[in-house]
Amino acid sequence: MNDNMSVYKKSFIEAFDIEESEANSSFRMNSKDEWDSIGHMTLIAILEEAYGVSFETSSIIDFDSFDKGVEILSSMGVSF
Amino acid sequence: MPYFFENLSRFGGKLAVMGDEQLTYSALESEADGIGSLMQERSLAFCACSNTAESLAAYIGMLRRSVVVMMLDEALDRGLLFRLVEAYSPNYIWCDSTRALDFKGWIPLKDTGRNSLLENPSFLRTAAHHGLALMLTTSGSTGSPKFVRLSYKNISANAEAIAEVLEISPEDRPYCALPMNYTYGLSVMHSHLLYGASLIMSRSQIMTREFWNIFSESGATSLAGVPYTYEILKKIGFLEMDLPSLKAMTVSGGRLDKRLALEFALSCRQKGIRFYSMYGQTEATARMACLPHEMAVEKAGSIGKAVPGGEISLINEEGKRITVPGEVGEIVYRGENVSLGYATNRLDLVKGDENKGVLKTGDMAEFDSDGFFYIKGRRKRFLKMYGKRVNLDEVEEILSNCGYVCGCIGVDDNMRIFTSDDRLLEIKRKISAKLGISPSGIKVERIEGLPRSSSGKVLYSLLEARDA
Repeated sequence: MNDNMSVYKKSFIEAFDIEESEANSSFRMNSKDEWDSIGHMTLIAILEEAYGVSFETSSIIDFDSFDKGVEILSSMGVSF
Repeated sequence: MPYFFENLSRFGGKLAVMGDEQLTYSALESEADGIGSLMQERSLAFCACSNTAESLAAYIGMLRRSVVVMMLDEALDRGLLFRLVEAYSPNYIWCDSTRALDFKGWIPLKDTGRNSLLENPSFLRTAAHHGLALMLTTSGSTGSPKFVRLSYKNISANAEAIAEVLEISPEDRPYCALPMNYTYGLSVMHSHLLYGASLIMSRSQIMTREFWNIFSESGATSLAGVPYTYEILKKIGFLEMDLPSLKAMTVSGGRLDKRLALEFALSCRQKGIRFYSMYGQTEATARMACLPHEMAVEKAGSIGKAVPGGEISLINEEGKRITVPGEVGEIVYRGENVSLGYATNRLDLVKGDENKGVLKTGDMAEFDSDGFFYIKGRRKRFLKMYGKRVNLDEVEEILSNCGYVCGCIGVDDNMRIFTSDDRLLEIKRKISAKLGISPSGIKVERIEGLPRSSSGKVLYSLLEARDA
């Protein structure tokens, strides 16, 4: 696991207050109660700071799963 | 004017609900009465709701049947729900069908597949005051048995005042993003049903694409939010979005940061959106003050003036009315929307009007030379967590009941819990789940012994002095 991936996982753990084992591909907005608007905005803020990036509207509102986030960040130049 | 829940069929085939589902006013009325007719008049029902057409129909059905309705969050913690059942012995509960399985021995009267109506096998027949319509919690979802008693007159007076001040029309389509068990969210629905407007309801959350697709497809004309909603809106680039159908926005349920208020006020004015800052409390049904959109920029940060039919005055420490601008005092509100009082158990339903139209709000404010009011703080240990009012003493009590000794302080959206216990994460999770608020706004900090006065009271000033 590269650094960016471990930072990514840590961000999920921090934003949603979940266990390390939960931060994986099956973590999706629709299936997790923890993923509410507040957790979502916290996650975005953490990721922006961690990677020094800035999310656009479409990236924020399309970010609905662990995997989708990897895809979005990759398109912003973060390599996993 | 009829109550907002009466004679809905006069709006006929017009949509009462759009979004995830569609329901005309005629269909809403018949669905509502289908549920209401299963219940006895002047009984008590728990309505554990979500923002769906079904929950709305159940709620309207209960009002139409003159059943006293207690609104609860569908997702309320199971243990807290049963504490409320114990305190109030409701005759009925409307809830999620999965949750219904927890009610062993209760008699199923209706099952829609998603929601169920159940009857209590030990049907308690006690009187309820003739004016009592609705009971709402003041504290988000701490499960405290303290509820505000609201009358038919309260809810109709406030719905009419809000509709007037916000210029609500039959063509409006408000996006109902705030939960209907929350006084502000419910008041959005009341004030629009009054005029046969169409409520947009969806389970999708504000930061999702689906939410904004529904927003555009349904042609939403207004959006009501708490301050935190506006922070999200700003972050997701709302100010740059093109939403031609949007005509009005309201903020209430807490104090919007002045800079943010000004930013939205300016942007809204540019786009021809009416932006209203409001002020309210459950104890006054929902809303007490409104800043007219024409003044949104000029008086940014102000809650405006009392809604039609209401009156706001400020009282100083000696109980004297403040007559000069710039002096801070407690807001005292007078109006037909002032609740009857509180209830903490079933027997309290029989109580009459204890407030007599006067509410001491516990909020501190001042007014300027034009008579516009500005909130300055609170008298009691309350804070708002994402729009939900949280009583810090109650938080300590909940934690203490769970075996954690804690001291709580904080500002809006940032609660700090101090404890000498080592189970920091456990405490955070517990309180987040019990309150139904996101853990990200809660910080649990370890401290060697809580500072206490000689009488054993926690010295909050010493906690405040610690660096965050």
